[in-house]
Amino acid sequence: MSDQARQNMLMRLEGSGGRSTTVTLPQAVLEERTPAERSKELQTMMEKVRTEVHRIEPVKLLDKLAEIVAGKGIGSLVFAADSILGKNIQQKWSETKGLKLIPYENSIEEFKEELFAVDAGITSTFAGIAETGTLVLWPDQHEPRLMSLVPPIHIAILDEKRIFHNFREMLVKEKWNQEMPTNVLLISGPSKTGDIEFSLQYGVHGPKELVVLILEEQ
Amino acid sequence: MENPNQNLSSPKEKFVKGFQKSLNDPQLRKNFRNASFALKSMRQTAFPDEAAFKELQELGHRIKMKALKNLGPLLRQLEQKCQEKGIQVHWAESTDEANQIVLEICQRNNAASVIKGKSMVTEEMHLNHFLEQHKIEAIETDLGEYIIQLDHETPSHIIAPAIHKDKKQIAQLFNDKIEGAGYTEVYEELNAIARKSLRKKFYKADVGITGVNFAIAETGTICLVENEGNGRMCSTLPPVHIAVMGMEKVIPTLEELPPLLTLLARSATGQPISTYFNMINSPRKEGEKDGPKEVHLVILDNRRSQIYQDEHLQKTLLCIRCGACLNHCPVYSRIGGHAYNQVYPGPIGKILAPQMNGLESTGGVHNASSLCGACGEVCPVKIPIPEILLRLRYEGVNKSRSSKVHEHGTQQNFKESMAWKFWEKIHASPVLYKTNSGLGNLLNSVMPKNAGPLKNWSEFREVPQFAAKSLHQLAREKGVADE
Ligand code: SF4
Repeated sequence: MSDQARQNMLMRLEGSGGRSTTVTLPQAVLEERTPAERSKELQTMMEKVRTEVHRIEPVKLLDKLAEIVAGKGIGSLVFAADSILGKNIQQKWSETKGLKLIPYENSIEEFKEELFAVDAGITSTFAGIAETGTLVLWPDQHEPRLMSLVPPIHIAILDEKRIFHNFREMLVKEKWNQEMPTNVLLISGPSKTGDIEFSLQYGVHGPKELVVLILEEQ
Repeated sequence: MENPNQNLSSPKEKFVKGFQKSLNDPQLRKNFRNASFALKSMRQTAFPDEAAFKELQELGHRIKMKALKNLGPLLRQLEQKCQEKGIQVHWAESTDEANQIVLEICQRNNAASVIKGKSMVTEEMHLNHFLEQHKIEAIETDLGEYIIQLDHETPSHIIAPAIHKDKKQIAQLFNDKIEGAGYTEVYEELNAIARKSLRKKFYKADVGITGVNFAIAETGTICLVENEGNGRMCSTLPPVHIAVMGMEKVIPTLEELPPLLTLLARSATGQPISTYFNMINSPRKEGEKDGPKEVHLVILDNRRSQIYQDEHLQKTLLCIRCGACLNHCPVYSRIGGHAYNQVYPGPIGKILAPQMNGLESTGGVHNASSLCGACGEVCPVKIPIPEILLRLRYEGVNKSRSSKVHEHGTQQNFKESMAWKFWEKIHASPVLYKTNSGLGNLLNSVMPKNAGPLKNWSEFREVPQFAAKSLHQLAREKGVADE
């Protein structure tokens, strides 16, 4: 069925397209700004859509995290156990009780029940986009895709040096057309909807809260 | 599915009855007035500078035109790239074929429950209904879609499917249809009810089905635009993901994506970007812990390739389904989406539905336009909607066999064609013309005002009077030579 359909469909498209059109894309890299400037723009944009953004010195990361965990009453956190951040987190909370650390070690088929019960997830990011206030995630086997989706709170760590001006600049500079992972995600705020009388509501299916920790350039 | 018009005979009667019903429903009119106003102002804030919008619009138009002009080769390239990475590609000429493909995948995976992301193309297929006939539960998970599915309705807007309902109606619906929900009009609580109920569905679903916003030929990437996260759930959680796309969704390169994404997000809801932009490149790889093990891409034709064959009408296929033309349409904002009786309502529906389903079968929706031009101006990819509407009106009476338009030449009306024949005769003969133009004045006194052929018009409007003297007479009196 599909083969015949394919043939028929492609045949009907043949020769009727007409003259081709040319496209001139605007300059990819529009302006050179410092990471701090980009980071502030990203922060402003993300705060407009109810994202909690903190710019911190890299050495203060774990303290800030502890503050957030305590402040929000997070009881369980899913994390990537084998990353550097993961190791530091494990060390930090090995002494203190009160936070249950849950590594994403098994495939979702076995892990689903546990994941759906977790309070928060913490992930790294691939990059950020200043213009639209966007986090870019490249999930992999250490930090699987659902970590940033299923738990009600998503905490993301972003390196200030990795903030690009806009989407296009990032695509071009990072040569995405040559290689991309299984899934790439652009995240610009917590999950939201306006489907009932255009009243903006956060946390409809994905995270209700998004917390971004930007590591300042030293 | 309940259809209040099903006993009526012709599509045209259905359409007329449909919009009369909408016009007489004050609640519905209020809901649509509010919705159009809200969506229009959201878009306006996103495009504060008209010149900048025009520039971006031109770029969007060119990118999609380039894609369209190379549609065949791009689809081949997309297929090849997807297959290289393990995405299975299927081709469907008709919605029946597409449904069958989806069903076979579901059955092969013993699927009992399917979760769906918002997708107009699966509405085109009436997929939910089809799957349910085969004992597969298909749950819409976009909040708006979920609401209307509970009430056995179809979307009334392509972006905001439940805007015809206000919170009271939704509160009642949740109270009646969701176990343990209770009655509440508080937005937060309504949201929480839906979240809780749908989480259970996500949890146990066997297959996730979504549409496709853009497919990138260069990299074989399926892109989904959404705010809620349900599209991510559908494409990540179940072991199988099926993405269904209309064949016009392919674009050549990754670099051409950002301007289109910007245009879509800003035109639809005035956002700089959607909350989630989800790019899918392959099924779960060895060692990865989540994501579907199978990813399928179904490419649907459903007369798109026929629309494509006409160089002018093919611009219909540039559409990125932003909904801006609906929000700016004076007709849509008064009658709402359901009155059209078509999957795609509003201006885009008026040009797409007749070409997909036939000029006759869609009841003349392409005539329901004041040709004010607003739709063409706001369209982010510059589709000349008013021109296409005129062209379709012409196709309605065009009997030529070379026309590619489905059901062309079916709108010929006996009275109308006789009138034009008469007109042609008179204008070909100076004597007849003179006699005829003098006749108007005499008719003033004998023409009945609220009855006869003018009744429909004169019931609501002043009947214009024929002038006492013809233009020729007046000109002669002023000393202009009349040849
Ligand atoms: S026709 Fe244009 S304005 Fe209307 S939905 Fe399509 S892209 Fe948007």
